[in-house]
Order: sequence, then C-alpha cells, then structure tokens
Amino acid sequence: MIAELGLVALWLSAALAVLQMASGAMGLAGGYNARFAIYARPAAVVQAFLATLAFFLLLWAFAITDLSIKLVATNSHSAKPFIYKLTGTWGNHEGSMLLWVAVLALSGGLLAGLERRLPEKTMSATLGVQGFVALGFYAFLLLSSNPFERLPVPALEGSGLNPLLQDIGLAIHPPTLYVGYVGLSVAFSLCMGALITKQVTPDFAKVMRPWVLAAWVFLTFGITAGSYWAYYELGWGGWWFWDPVENASLMPWLAATALLHSVSVLAARDALRTWTIMLGVLAFSMSMLGTFLVRSGVLTSVHAFAVDPERGTFILILLGLYIGGALGVFALRAGSIAEGKRFSFTSREGALVFNNVMLSAILAIVLLGTLYPLLTEAFDVRVSVGPPYFNPAGAIFAIPMFLVMAVGPLLRWKDDKPARIQFELAMLAAVVIAVCALVAILGDYSILSVLGLALAIGLGIAAFLPLRGRNLRRVPTATWGMVMAHFGVAVALFGMACETAFTSEKLAAVAPGGVEEVAGWTIELESVDPVAGPNWTAVEARIFASRDGGERIELNPQARNFWSPPQATSESALVTRWDGQLYAVIGDQAGVDANGNMRWQLRVWWKPFVTFIWYGGLLIAFGGVLSIVGRIRVDLKRRNAKALGDARREDMDALTSGDLGTRGPVPEPAE
Amino acid sequence: MNRALYLIPLGLFLFFAGLAGYMLTQPKADQIPSQMIEQPLPEFTLEPALGGMPGVSRADFVGGEPRLLNIWASWCLPCIAEAPHLERLREEGVEIIGVAVRDRPEAVADFLGRYGNPYTRIGADEISELMIEIGASGVPETYVIDAQGNIRYQHIGDVREETVTLLLEKLEEAR
Repeated sequence: MIAELGLVALWLSAALAVLQMASGAMGLAGGYNARFAIYARPAAVVQAFLATLAFFLLLWAFAITDLSIKLVATNSHSAKPFIYKLTGTWGNHEGSMLLWVAVLALSGGLLAGLERRLPEKTMSATLGVQGFVALGFYAFLLLSSNPFERLPVPALEGSGLNPLLQDIGLAIHPPTLYVGYVGLSVAFSLCMGALITKQVTPDFAKVMRPWVLAAWVFLTFGITAGSYWAYYELGWGGWWFWDPVENASLMPWLAATALLHSVSVLAARDALRTWTIMLGVLAFSMSMLGTFLVRSGVLTSVHAFAVDPERGTFILILLGLYIGGALGVFALRAGSIAEGKRFSFTSREGALVFNNVMLSAILAIVLLGTLYPLLTEAFDVRVSVGPPYFNPAGAIFAIPMFLVMAVGPLLRWKDDKPARIQFELAMLAAVVIAVCALVAILGDYSILSVLGLALAIGLGIAAFLPLRGRNLRRVPTATWGMVMAHFGVAVALFGMACETAFTSEKLAAVAPGGVEEVAGWTIELESVDPVAGPNWTAVEARIFASRDGGERIELNPQARNFWSPPQATSESALVTRWDGQLYAVIGDQAGVDANGNMRWQLRVWWKPFVTFIWYGGLLIAFGGVLSIVGRIRVDLKRRNAKALGDARREDMDALTSGDLGTRGPVPEPAE
Repeated sequence: MNRALYLIPLGLFLFFAGLAGYMLTQPKADQIPSQMIEQPLPEFTLEPALGGMPGVSRADFVGGEPRLLNIWASWCLPCIAEAPHLERLREEGVEIIGVAVRDRPEAVADFLGRYGNPYTRIGADEISELMIEIGASGVPETYVIDAQGNIRYQHIGDVREETVTLLLEKLEEAR
C-alpha cells in the first residue's frame, strides 16, 4: 500500500502543479485577473503537503526494507545499519529526485503561504513559474524514474548501497545541497515573476533576500560537509579535486554568493536591477546544470552515480525549457527595466559590483574547465582538466576579489573617497607585505600559497574593521553576519594556504614493528589484522602515533571490502590537534621484508591547520544564519511598527476627523 | 546596456545545450584505453603461476616474432569464453604469454585442464602489479607486443571469433 499511496500523492501533486501554473499564467491576463489567480496559493500549499508525504512514504518503505519495491531492493539490504537504510532513500537517483521535488514543493508552499509583501500580480506570476518548474520535475519522476515501482516478484534480499555512501557525512551532504539548489529555484521564480511584471523593485529584493540567504547557507554547509567527507572517506589526503561533481555544487554557490551581494544592493540602494535578475537566473541554471552533469553521465567523474543518457536527455529538455526560456524572457524584457540608481566606482556598491564581476569570472573559469572535456570529446580528444588549470586561473580573479572584499565593507554607499579609509588601507597593505616577507624568509613555498596566507591574515583582521568605533551592542545582527562570513572566508583561506604550503607526507612500506617519522610525529605500525563489520570485511592497522615523544595515540585506519555490492574503500584515521591533523591510510600489501614479515603500504600526512578550511566553511554558513535572523527581526519590527502606526493613525483620524495635512511615512527602525 | 548584450547569455546557453545534446546521442565509451599503448613494456619479473611452466619477465618479449600478452584469471567468466579463440590463435602459430591475476596454482591448473592451455609461459600477478602498470582495467585483456617489447595494441574484454582475425592483423602490422 505504501508504494501506491506514494504514487497517488505524487500524481496529485503534479496535477496541482498544473493548476498552479495555469492559475498563475491566467492571473496575468488583462493586467491582473484575481478570479483566476486565487487558485495559485492553495494549489502550492496542498502540493507541498502531498509531495512531502510522498517522500516520507518512501522513507518509510526504506526504513522497513520493503523489498517488493524495486528501488528499495536495488539500494538497500536488510543487514545494513538502520541509519543507512534511511539515508539510502536519497542515496540513489530516484530517491534523490523525489527529495528534490519534495523540497521544491515545500518551498513553493512556504512562499505561497507566508509571503504577503509582493504585489499580487508579481506573486501570481512567480507562483506560476514555480508551478512550471515543479511540473517538469514531476514529469521527470513519474515518466522516467518512478521511485515507487514494484517488482513483479519481491526480492529475497536487497543489493545494498554504494559503500562510499555508507557514511554519516553523506547522510547529511546531499539533502543540504538539495535544499540549497531548490532554494535557488524560488529565487529564480521570483526573478522571473518580477521580470514578467516589470516589478524589479527594492521590495522585491527584500522578499527574495531571505530565500537566497537560506539557499546560500545550505549550499555553503553542504559543500563544506562534502569536502570533509571526500577528505576523510576517499583516503587520498586531499580536500578538493575539481571533480565535475564537486564543481556542480561550487558553481551555484559562486552564482548565489554574487546574487546575495547584488540583491543586497538592490534592496538597500535600488541599483543593479538587471544584473540581479541575471544572477538569479544564472544561480538556478547552475543548480540544474549540476544536476544534469551528475545524472546524465556526459562527463566521467570519480563519483559514479546513476548514469543514464535517457535521463540526461530529459534533464537537458528541462534545462532548455527553463533556462532557455528564462534567458529568452530576459533578452526580451531586460531592456525595459531601468538600471536603477547610479553610484560612483569608489563606493560600497562599486566594491560589491567589482566582487560580483570577480565571482562571475571565477564561475566562468570553473564552468569552462568543467565543460571543456565535453567540448573536446565532441572532437574525439579526451582531456581532463585539473588543479594546474583551476588553481592559477581562479587565483587571478580571487586575489583582487579578496583585496576588495577586505576594504569594501568600510566604504560608504553611493560615493566615497579612498582617502577616508587610508589608515585601514595602509594597515592591510602592511600586514600582507609583512606576512609575505616572513614566509619568503622562512622557506621556499609556492607564490600562490604565500599570497593566500598573507591575504587570509589581512582579510581576517579586515573582517572586523566594520565594527571599529561602533557600539557593539547596537550593531545590527545582519552586520555581525557579514563580519562572521567574511572572517570565515579568511579562516578557510588560511587553512587552504597552510595545507598547500606546509603539508608533510610520508609513503612507506612498513612491516609490523616498523617506525616512521613525519613532521615531528613518530608513527609505529604495531600490527595489521583482519576485522569484519555488518556488511564488510577489512584489514585494520594498529598504529601508535606520538608527537615529540608525547602521549601515544592509537590509530586504526582500515582498508575495507564491502560484499554487497563488492567494493573496496579506505577508512582513514585522523588525529586532530589545534594546529593541524595527522592523517593515516593503510594500503595494499607490499611484499615481504628481509625477515619474511609482510610489509604494508602506509601513507601518513601531517597537514597543518587543515581543519581551518572546514571551520571557515562553518563560520561562513553561520554568518549567513545570523544575517537571516537579523533580516527577519528587522522585518518583524518594521511590520509591528507599521501596524502600530496604522492603529495610531486610525485613532487620530477618529479623534480629529479633521485634515491634519499629509503625514510623513512611519519612520523605519535603523538597520 | 545595449539590447543585443542581453542575447549573449541565451546564445551561450543554446551553444551548450546543442553540444550536450550532441554528446548525449554519441555512443558512450565504457572502456578506458591504456596510456601505455605505443610505449615499451615496463621492466618486470613474475613468478610462474603453475608448477612445470616458466614465469614471465620483460625479456621474454624481446626478439623473434610479435607476441600476445593475455591477462586472465581462473575466477573470470569471460576468460572461459575466450579460451577456444586463444586456442585458435595458438594453432595459427602465435605465441601467447599469459599472466594470471590474483590466482592460486591449483585453480590455474584446474582451469587449464578444463579449457585448454594456449600459453607458452604463465606469470603470477598476485597483487595486480603488472596489470596496473600496463594500464589494464580488468580481466581479460590481450595486448599485442612487438619483438622490441613495445605495446602495439590493446584489446579490452574477451577474445571472440572476430577478434582473432583482428589480432592476427595487428600481429602482422607489428612485425
């Protein structure tokens, strides 16, 4: 019954999406037609309920390992730990698409249920677009990847879940990324709604801002978690590979970061109207492009996911409809939207535009690097594009961006003189030069990592400068959010630069009893023994690590073999210290030594300050959360003040019933 | 901004969509060719996989006629399917040198007893060392090695009837 109920819920949701789309579109008829438009909001809310229900039904089927459902039988196993039975729900193509649709419907429902500030006409158009987007994904699920398909004969046992995905990091990583992707779909719908009705106003930007912020927070968190997962689970000792699948999540993040800053300019200063719309379209395009690249298999990736050209074609058609359609509307309409207020280059807006352009350039570089293999493959040349391209090409734009990021928040809106902040500028220059000089004296490191280190320290200090000379208790929460996020960027950059410059590595073939040294650590391999888990067997090393003769810490890296489906994975072992991580991996057998003992490949890294990369990522996300909280509090206060003002005005009108002249607007609380 | 500028994103997108659509209709290469083609074989020495037969080293490929290097294993099902075709190649006078990957001598003996032995020598690649070095992604794979010890051709998967002719041609070319 569960599967049938789920399928019914999904079909009904799809029908409601049609209603929402039609109602939104017809609402636009003849200026604005409320008679048709009234269906859009309830359709979105009920759809949210039904799509979420469908997802929970699938979750239930996985929880009880219902092997009569094909998806459960092919992706789960009764011997699997319970938590991974649950995460198995979205550890596959169909389930993750259902999660995507559920989140999409849920955010559409929230938008329809809560948002009252937009003009009804824009709202109607927005919900219509949202319904149109949802409909495509329902069609995708129902026509080409039905998650509730039954098996003609129930399976006796399931065939498991990709062992790489049996990890708590992967339990939270995809859902967070999806929430981020889908949050951008709301921003997309809002942009299209505003573009269609030509209502690209600061109010529209204020409505869009929390959605962009929330999507961006989830993306930031998802990328951070994904990077840490790849770091400790894949056992290769790196934290970013420039793999197409990683880039698929980075590209929407870059676009969303630019959008976030541009939407703030639009909300605060009524400038950058078309640019904001363009970024809104771009951010969601990147989400969809990411989905396409990951699911269609047009690019070969180290992450082997459900790969199917038929599904790829389907997503490509959706891409063409939504992105092609949106860009078409943009080309037609953008000219009729005035550019908004002017500003000089040396101003807060100017700095934000500069960073927006740099972020877009980095996005273009990542996009080009990701798609380049596809382009050359069309001409039968196979290439892979890796760090030697991405790192320097990205750095060309990232370095000026970090510099402007340090001083931008210090500038005034509209117009400012660089001379006003000359003290801060001089201090920053001094810090950057001093750090560069110091590192250059210490040793021979790559220019990029030295520059990264210097920028990180400069940026870390600069992040707090906007607070200088202010009463800290009166600083708005949103400003604290910005400070935190910018400081997080500095922290992450510091971690990246240190990891790149100062990592020590040791690869050795060691027999039990052997001792190796790396960066002040003594590593002793005591034994290597077979162990078994619920659905895997492994060899596990007992290693004792001690730093400068201190406490002996036991490490147990494993080389695991899963039996259903068969796959080998490497479980690294980590020792975390405040100033870095020791990272150990046990590899294959490497012959016998002179005494006839079996030697094992042992790989050990000491990575100074590597954890700062992820602490930085978390700080950035935390800054985003602070910003959302701050914005919502300001909105609520404003709403209360307005309600209070309206009530007072009515009282006054009742009292005087005479003409007191035109009243000024209710003063807004200071931000 | 100029009106035409707003068309640029659409143009770029359409280009991508066209390219992606084209790529989706192309047959997907599910095999990864070795980077070692046209390269000399690496230096290696493998112990015999079976008592009574010699092991394999790089020197065995130098001099005389071009040879085949067949990577297989007793636990590999396609290897059973290709056995009669290897037998035919042997009858054509081709020297086939075998490398058994991650195998046990009893299993090797059993396999050869059942499906025939087309090899002049068989080396034991216990930890897939040679297999990885010459860029084989699985078993079975067959390489054409010329008399100077260079890899001239790689055949991924089992040898079939039509492959026999192809391999004979490649051996001729490698002379």
